[in-house]
Amino acid sequence: MQKTYYDPADLKKFGKISEWNEELGSKFFDYYNSVFKEGALSEREKSLIALAVSHTIQCPYCIDAYTGDSLKRGITKEEMMEALHVASAIRGGATLVHGVQMMNKVNKLDG
Amino acid sequence: MATKSLQKLGSDLAQSNKQLKILSNGIFKNGELPTFKDKISETNQFPLKAKKLEILQINVGYMCNQVCDHCHVDAGPDRKEIMTRDTMKQCLEVIKKSGAHTLDLTGGAPEMNPDFRWFVEEAAKVGIKDFIVRSNLTIIRANKKYYDLPEFFKKHNVHVVSSMPHWTKGKTDKQRGDGVFDKSIKALQELNAIGYGMPGSNLKLDLVYNPSGAFLPGDQAAMQKDFKKALMDDFGIEFHNLFAITNLPIARFLDYLIASENYEDYMYSLVEAYNPAAVSNVMCTNTLSISWDGYLFDCDFNQMLELPVNSKSRHISDFNEELLEGRDIVISQHCYGCTAGAGSSCQGNVT
Ligand code: SF4
Ligand code: SF4
Repeated sequence: MQKTYYDPADLKKFGKISEWNEELGSKFFDYYNSVFKEGALSEREKSLIALAVSHTIQCPYCIDAYTGDSLKRGITKEEMMEALHVASAIRGGATLVHGVQMMNKVNKLDG
Repeated sequence: MATKSLQKLGSDLAQSNKQLKILSNGIFKNGELPTFKDKISETNQFPLKAKKLEILQINVGYMCNQVCDHCHVDAGPDRKEIMTRDTMKQCLEVIKKSGAHTLDLTGGAPEMNPDFRWFVEEAAKVGIKDFIVRSNLTIIRANKKYYDLPEFFKKHNVHVVSSMPHWTKGKTDKQRGDGVFDKSIKALQELNAIGYGMPGSNLKLDLVYNPSGAFLPGDQAAMQKDFKKALMDDFGIEFHNLFAITNLPIARFLDYLIASENYEDYMYSLVEAYNPAAVSNVMCTNTLSISWDGYLFDCDFNQMLELPVNSKSRHISDFNEELLEGRDIVISQHCYGCTAGAGSSCQGNVT
């Protein structure tokens, strides 16, 4: 029996998703590939955003893929870590900013 | 960071037959991955054949002032294989006879060959269209006797091609050794100062980028843009083209892949990135590589793997361009390094 939910080898099989629904699968991959093309943002910037988001959603496949992609693009580990801190700050900030709700409630009930 | 060659360390991997065994066993033997031969057969490109000779690449010796982690030559200060002046004289005959339009001197650090300058002077007289010297840049700052190399290159209209693994100090020094970045920057500034690499200048200065670890190079045009911007913004440096080169799994890079447990994943990524369109333009189809002792090889990689050309003409003493044209190229799994993505050669992408 497989002992873990995630297998690194599964990342390579991502494309097979289309096999069970060709239409939606190919629409998704077309969209995906278009998203990462150079536009108002460079491919490099998009790769860093993807890396940061990967950590926010804690997807091991994405982390694997976009760490590799960043290295290929010559992105340094300092840049990668800064991008992660942006994700982390937003994530932490999102927790903390809800503290205002908590404070409102406490003030109302027990002010 | 290495200080000695694998050969000096007495490593198993200094032996080409051991490397070839690794490249043929394991995942390629048990059918997990197709061999290069099977892969190119899918598109009827086997056997790979040499076309008209365009580039002569001469390796004038494996001695180098650096010991880069990923060197496919396993070069270093301890390597003693150096081309003699007699062999150079034979090479000159070949250069004169051959129809090649490009002469490409490599090493090790070619400048460390005691007859290097003599050879450049003589070869420049032959009037070849593009005369390349692969200079590692730090050699120019390594010792006073090399300080005038930029002027020497200029005098003979040499096209300088130099390695630069990254535009940051950290990544460069990790691969090539402490202090390499600063010396390389200084050398590039000196080359710029006498006209090398400047916009519109005939003094060609190109850079070679190869990844500092077990990953493939990114898009060449995008990398060039990033390199140009960073080197200009930070140091005011100009250069012409950037060649993005894939590291081939041989010699010290193979050793690194195995030691870091990246070998299988790396081979997977090469095979996954296989591009059949790159096959017809791999550099062995128009290049001949000559070793320090005058033997002929399909490329510098095959030279290091001691896989001689499959032809009756195997040494510069019996060089015969007609016999060599159309020869079957000798291949193994390292060839996947030349066909990944946009393809890779000493001149960068091939598609
Ligand atoms: S990669 Fe080039 S500079 Fe580095 S050790 Fe090898 S030959 Fe010398
Ligand atoms: S490694 Fe050499 S022989 Fe193999 S494809 Fe590349 S250039 Fe040709």
